Amino acid sequence: MNRTYELMFIVRPDMAEEDQDKLISTLESAVSSSGGNVKNVEKMGKRRLAYMVRRFHEGIYILLTVEGGGALIHELERRLRVTEPVIKFLTVRTDEEEKRLEKIKKIRESRRKAAPPPAETGSETAAVTA
Amino acid sequence: MADETRPTSSGAEGGGERTQSGDRGERRPPRAGGPGGPGGREGGRKYFRRKKVCKFCVEKIEAINYKDYRLLAQFVAESGRIVPRRLTGVCTPHQRRLSTAIKQARNIALLPFAGRAS
Repeated sequence: MNRTYELMFIVRPDMAEEDQDKLISTLESAVSSSGGNVKNVEKMGKRRLAYMVRRFHEGIYILLTVEGGGALIHELERRLRVTEPVIKFLTVRTDEEEKRLEKIKKIRESRRKAAPPPAETGSETAAVTA
Repeated sequence: MADETRPTSSGAEGGGERTQSGDRGERRPPRAGGPGGPGGREGGRKYFRRKKVCKFCVEKIEAINYKDYRLLAQFVAESGRIVPRRLTGVCTPHQRRLSTAIKQARNIALLPFAGRAS
């Protein structure tokens, strides 16, 4: 069962850089030990929160893109819940949305191909295979 | 909000009946501003209302994601509520995705549940 999830979480604004890295690496090891893999890690930096969360007005946003099953996500969420500096998290499943977008893109591409003369088709097919 | 949907008929009746109460003018227009808010949207007869179009269809934005809160913030009123379709002109499928995205963004504190983002 390979699904793609986006795991966004907010840690306290006064958390040190090394601690963030440590937290991320522990999460990554948890992912790999249960058979998933981390596709991408993005630190989105410090941002002002839209409302107060646990008496904090700002937080550091971190986004993980994870591939794996539901049990893995369950485990990750449990970990985030018990990790003290994490003040909020959100998991969103993205693979179906991506599939839908790809489908639309394909339809648009084929329509565009039909209209102009086939000069660009070679580069486009190269991009798809790459 | 009732003024917005049928402004012409209520205007004609209201103007005729209220002549007795008004001492300075015979026919004042019924509630020029209306309760509908700041847009001045109750157009009706006087000026032509431009047809609203779905922003996502026109600009071909397919991915309505909770992460680009700047895009979502255009469809959130100052009070924090999601602006209805009849005001923004967003088509039904896009509004559905938009509302889920806004709700997700609210959950992760990118958008406020109520009030402005302080």
